[in-house]
Amino acid sequence: MAAAAAEGDGYVRVPGGNFTTALQYEDARLPLRIAPFAIMRRPVTNQEFLAFVMAHPQWRRDQVATVFAGPDYLAHWRGPARLASGEQGAQPVTRVSWFAASAYCQGQGARLPKWHEWELVAAADATRRDARSDPAWRERILGWYARPSSRALPSAGAQTPNAYGVKDLHGVVWEWTEDYSALLVAADNRNQGDPDRNRFCGGAALSIADRDNYAVLMRVAMLSSLNGSDTTMNLGFRCVREV
Amino acid sequence: MKSVSLLFLAVAMLAMSAWAAPALPPLPSDSVYQSTAQLTDAQSHRFAWSAKRGQAQLVSMFYTSCKFICPLIVDSGKAIEQSLSAEERTRLGVTLISLDPEHDTPDVLARMRRERDLDPARWTLARPDPRDVRAIAGLLGVRYRALAGGEFNHTTVLVLLDADGRVVARTEKVGGLPDPTFLAAVRRTIAP
Repeated sequence: MAAAAAEGDGYVRVPGGNFTTALQYEDARLPLRIAPFAIMRRPVTNQEFLAFVMAHPQWRRDQVATVFAGPDYLAHWRGPARLASGEQGAQPVTRVSWFAASAYCQGQGARLPKWHEWELVAAADATRRDARSDPAWRERILGWYARPSSRALPSAGAQTPNAYGVKDLHGVVWEWTEDYSALLVAADNRNQGDPDRNRFCGGAALSIADRDNYAVLMRVAMLSSLNGSDTTMNLGFRCVREV
Repeated sequence: MKSVSLLFLAVAMLAMSAWAAPALPPLPSDSVYQSTAQLTDAQSHRFAWSAKRGQAQLVSMFYTSCKFICPLIVDSGKAIEQSLSAEERTRLGVTLISLDPEHDTPDVLARMRRERDLDPARWTLARPDPRDVRAIAGLLGVRYRALAGGEFNHTTVLVLLDADGRVVARTEKVGGLPDPTFLAAVRRTIAP
């Protein structure tokens, strides 16, 4: 399948269309229709994020409001406006909160991807737009999750592009989604039959339709556990534009 | 030089008149009012969320077409108010922020306010700009998802903000009987 046309500004156009998500909501009307969008070919790098905080000092780690970013925000940099090394500049930025990532994308006239947009693009391997049923593809992803997270990150964009022309969806960093806090799976499932079920208004529970899809299971578990000001050493982001 | 300082004075006075006098100290770093979100209330009045600074607020997120839990959120607010003296009540506002700004227009909010008999002097029903809903929810620790049928699956929570917008307490116990721990936090926070 031909790679989608690159937009020339780091974004790749994705046609969207009908998509079979691995998430199964009781209320969902299937198949899911996903509108076309343009997504960054690779995650945002430290160098790019440094340029952003220089232009918007309220997002420097020494100036950011604590409601927007936890204490480890950008803690891997040498200083509030200085990277630790040249190599770091090319690596995907991590230790960014949802609020900071959202502000970065807004500054680009963009936004964070919705979960389903990310899932659609991440279903592809180098040649197929949907490789999810291939056991070999699943094995490769599992291999990444088994790798110690203390190892240095590779440079962003070093991977072979997938069938859409997008890189680094697996095997580099976790990524924020705009609707991270829509993934109510963890609490919902824990609370089934629990008097605490009032916690969520309207009980349309989420379950995982494809339990062997670890790439999705682990991402959902991770995103559903986060608050918007949280940061982790492996969590970065990329942006999406409407087309 | 003189004209510059006069200009400066004029600008400073303008800036001060835009704020409630006297000038407030800088907003705490952990205040939700660091948000630049704008809200529109049932009278179509548009204001910065941070304009609620200065009075402790009971805050929750809801949507008007919600049949089951959201009425309980209003019940909770009323129950807490009824546990307070008339004098204490003047020191607490209630801000209910819609998860569904597409449908919860000022007219719809005004109807709910009438139907539930909510005193506009203390209760604010407001819709955010659609792009700000997820961020406001994030600051309040509310998780939500729009369901296919127009309903929302969301965390039901009452959040107590102090006068500077810091989260003091939260409870997921809603309904006509106030959560005693939460009520105690309300009393402490509004104490003069």
